[in-house]
Amino acid sequence: MSTKNWPLWEVFVRSKNGLEHRHFGSLHAADAEMALENARDVYTRRNEGVSIWVVESKYITASNPEHNGEMFEPAQDKVYRHPTFYDLPDEVKHM
Amino acid sequence: MSEEQIKNLEEQFEARIARDEKIEPKDWMPEKYRQTHIRQISQHAHSEIVGMLPEGNWITRAPSLRRKVALLAKVQDEAGHGLYLYSACETLGISRDELYEQLHSGKAKYSSIFNYPTVTWADMGAIGWLVDGAAIINQVPLCNTSFGPYARAMVRVCKEESFHQRQGYEIMLKLCQGAPEQKEMAQDALNRWWWPSLMMFGPTDAESTHTEQSMKWKLKRKTNDELRQQFIDQTVPQAEILGLTIPDPDLKWNEERGSYDFGEINWDEFWQVVKGHGPMNKERMKARVGAWERGEWVRDAAMAHAEKQQERKEKQAV
Repeated sequence: MSTKNWPLWEVFVRSKNGLEHRHFGSLHAADAEMALENARDVYTRRNEGVSIWVVESKYITASNPEHNGEMFEPAQDKVYRHPTFYDLPDEVKHM
Repeated sequence: MSEEQIKNLEEQFEARIARDEKIEPKDWMPEKYRQTHIRQISQHAHSEIVGMLPEGNWITRAPSLRRKVALLAKVQDEAGHGLYLYSACETLGISRDELYEQLHSGKAKYSSIFNYPTVTWADMGAIGWLVDGAAIINQVPLCNTSFGPYARAMVRVCKEESFHQRQGYEIMLKLCQGAPEQKEMAQDALNRWWWPSLMMFGPTDAESTHTEQSMKWKLKRKTNDELRQQFIDQTVPQAEILGLTIPDPDLKWNEERGSYDFGEINWDEFWQVVKGHGPMNKERMKARVGAWERGEWVRDAAMAHAEKQQERKEKQAV
């Protein structure tokens, strides 16, 4: 039995310049450098990326879906944040 | 939580799936959903990992460099697929170590097909054509399954799988266009792999215990028998193009059904192999566990190196 297991890393890949890095999956690696190398082999075998970010999973703070109510519902009744909330006559152009 | 509260949550949960909403790792889920998914996703991951062994057998003996790079790439894909699936499985709260432990102790199963030996080069063709072909049919519906991480992993797997099948079929095609001995080798591989490939779809619907629940959770979109029939219907014409004979005297086109009728599958053999008495069960586990144990010092050394680097960095920062 190994003394210590390799930690878990999350992998983010930019598929081409102009696009943001997107979460691709995760993997285990001993350190950041190895995580990058493994991410290259696991997630970009067919030119899926031009840039990779890795971050140890334990450093990610995630919201709890059980609190989605408090978290996201306040935005639901704020229709005045959307352009369609405002009634304008059809004659008004370019707006 | 009271029983009634749980029942309530379960109803909401089933309704979400029925509306085609995805379930993500941190969402509440019934314990049975979690356990079923751990079982299925890990079995799937284990199958990819053990699936490398029968083909790894031929990498050093591939007949040309072209075949060798293709086979290497295919086996590397299988390692990748295993890793996508293990990480999807880990989001359900089980560690990679526990998953490996389940595989190595024999507690977890993997696809029985990998317990058959690969005795000639033609087996590389038959595996790509038939085994990957059957896997594709099993896997495509999973791209829409209800558990988000599994569905996303499957999208990636399915994209890569098509090359596997085509490279296998090409091997068969070349053998069938070659010398009579080569064609015979291709026929022999088809004879050995046909029935085990049909068994990959699992027991008949009448015998399958998990189907109803799995359908509800979209772990299955079609039944075992439907998928098996689909495989047969699309594979028979491919065998005709090769000029090979499917080893089933009862196979014949049924005009009325618009499908092929086929002979009885030897389910005794299927259960024997599932229970560990297939020709290669012991050999596969020995190879897998051996590789894991022989790799231990490498894993430990990598970890020790990482810690040392980290310490050095911290010292320099002071």
